[in-house]
Amino acid sequence: MSPEKKRTSLLIKGGHLVDPAARIDAPMDVLLKDGRVAEVALPNKIKGGADEKFDARGLIVAPGFIDLHVHLREPGQTHKETLATGTSAAAAGGFTSVCTMPNTVPVVDSVEWIEWLRQSERGAVVNVFAIAAATRSSKGATLTDFRALQTVGAIAVTDDGKPILDDNIMREALVLGGELNFPVVQHAEDTRMTENCSMHAGARSFRLGLRGMTAAAEASIVERDVQLAMHIPNARLHVAHLSTADALKSVRRGKRGKARVTFEVTPHHFTLADEDMRDYDSNYKMNPPLRSVSDREAILAALADGTVDAIATDHAPHAAHEKEVEFERAAFGITGLETALALAITRLYREKRIPLARIVELFTAGPARCFDLRGRGSLVRGSVADVTVFDAKKKWTFDVGKSLSKSRNTPFDGWQLTGKVVATIVGGKIVYSG
Amino acid sequence: MNPARGSLLGIEHLEAAEILKLLKFARRMNPDKPRPLLKGKRVFLLFYEASTRTRSSFETAAKVMGAHTVLIQSFGSSIEKGESLLDTGYTVRAVGADVIVIRHPNAGAPYVMAQHIDVPVINAGDGLHEHPSQALLDAYTILRNKKTFKGLQIAIVGDIFHSRVARSACHLLSKFGVKIILCGPPELVPDIATTLAPGVRVTRHIEDALRGTDVVMLLRVQTERLSGLKIDLAEYIARYQMNPARLKMAKRDAMVMHPGPIIRGLELTSEIADGAQARILEEVHNGVPTRMAILARAIGRMR
Repeated sequence: MSPEKKRTSLLIKGGHLVDPAARIDAPMDVLLKDGRVAEVALPNKIKGGADEKFDARGLIVAPGFIDLHVHLREPGQTHKETLATGTSAAAAGGFTSVCTMPNTVPVVDSVEWIEWLRQSERGAVVNVFAIAAATRSSKGATLTDFRALQTVGAIAVTDDGKPILDDNIMREALVLGGELNFPVVQHAEDTRMTENCSMHAGARSFRLGLRGMTAAAEASIVERDVQLAMHIPNARLHVAHLSTADALKSVRRGKRGKARVTFEVTPHHFTLADEDMRDYDSNYKMNPPLRSVSDREAILAALADGTVDAIATDHAPHAAHEKEVEFERAAFGITGLETALALAITRLYREKRIPLARIVELFTAGPARCFDLRGRGSLVRGSVADVTVFDAKKKWTFDVGKSLSKSRNTPFDGWQLTGKVVATIVGGKIVYSG
Repeated sequence: MNPARGSLLGIEHLEAAEILKLLKFARRMNPDKPRPLLKGKRVFLLFYEASTRTRSSFETAAKVMGAHTVLIQSFGSSIEKGESLLDTGYTVRAVGADVIVIRHPNAGAPYVMAQHIDVPVINAGDGLHEHPSQALLDAYTILRNKKTFKGLQIAIVGDIFHSRVARSACHLLSKFGVKIILCGPPELVPDIATTLAPGVRVTRHIEDALRGTDVVMLLRVQTERLSGLKIDLAEYIARYQMNPARLKMAKRDAMVMHPGPIIRGLELTSEIADGAQARILEEVHNGVPTRMAILARAIGRMR
């Protein structure tokens, strides 16, 4: 960075601060200095100058958003996405931190790959936290070296996309994770029940002649994992992209039973249902699949009542040639970083009347708690200077042609949405302004 | 991109009037009196899956109408080398296809083709989804035997879950108010099947399905598609196989249909397959005029 562009302090003035962890929902100015939050005060009360000012009048100022679940495809699948393009899309979506999944080529299951991901040459423009594989090559047989992976900065372990089916391996993972205070993230799907399936099992899949994944294939694994977590001291289970009402019941039971169980839901699961898919459009194909309307309603209720810990995108970019094929052969997954906030504001805030502070919590303090991201998820003095500034009233149309991701696989192209990111600030520096 | 005019991707979204128009036109088609409506046209038959009846019937229909036909099968073509569905489609388009007839093991494959290639696409059976030309020729056969759909009741017995024939038949017959009873064990006839179309009912009892029925459609148990599902064939035979004693429970003039291939001794006995009430070969025969109408419609000559 050239010296004349070096800034050490930034004053965000005139905005409305929503910081659920600090119980603040009021007009406030925020001063960022040397990569930290230096001061939060009532409007015009911050004395002294700042190298730069940001006019946030009419805008919401929030702690930087954290996405617990993204696929940035490095190492190995750079035709889909890179850390540089994926984090640019993250910045455009207001995310200052993303947690990358290890199902890459090769699988991120070693200290070397965690360190490689953290190198500045990768060109990441937001914070990247690596989630390591829970078993070697994610084959589900032998645990990776949790302690070593944690030491070099991995924040959790998972075999995302290839669930840990073996009861003993899952137990071992939760035991070791418990000893290290290390979350084990599970993509809950009993793959023995979902062979050749490409959408949710229901009236729609029957009509379309597609084999369906039953809700039970998710719920049975979640139930087992919750049971394990309830009986293993200090075990930390994080359920990725929970999508069914039945799995939700297990998680609720676990939480009531004081198990350390957290979970995330995705914007597409609270927005769409299986019946929205038309004409075999593979941009509606992801795993877990879009579920029934009643599953979606159960998730919306859990978002409103405070049960859900985090909104995560499961941003899963794929090239056109991997999607424009027979539906059953198309890759699972959709992009999501640039539409997450707008879908949350449009669906949850405007339609379902969920308070804005709750929505901000699901993007900030909630995910920070799931993976213990210290100093993030709130803007109390001394926190990391990661800030997301957005306009909660701005109407706009999502044009996938303008996406900063390398891929275009989204069902939301052309959607009219409300709520737009205006600035994304990472470590006190503006990395995106819209 | 919207599918090209004249495409036939499924019965579900076809209007009743359009179906009647097709059936009426098919009645005017006579395979023994060639009408060169497709003279000089190129009809490409893309068969990604085995087929006897449908393929030979489409090919005959096209040739009788004066078209050139080109058959591409996954075995012995670039498909075998890993060429994608769309790349094969673009290639066929570049060669000069006027109509693409496609049979594919994956549901929705004809949709993918039709959304990207501006040539009429005819679905000749896609995975478990639809088999529109079969439903049309079955409707044609029913009308030849029963004169009208009014007041009819049909029992479809067998492997509904894996059957694109059943799905297309339900969509078509439902549009004309036919009472449809699906019969078989839960693994093959899930309760959710009743959501397919209005007027569809599910029963586990063959007597219940046959009582008062005008049309009995039998389906093969598609053992190759079971995908881990275990079916006790002996029990299936005991409960659902069509034999003369069972057929007596249906109306006296009930007709027996089967889209083929038939497996004697499994879903039906030889007495049924060769019996006076069977219309199985008539269905095959009617496939040609029906597909002539479908091809004429594809190139805008169904007038």
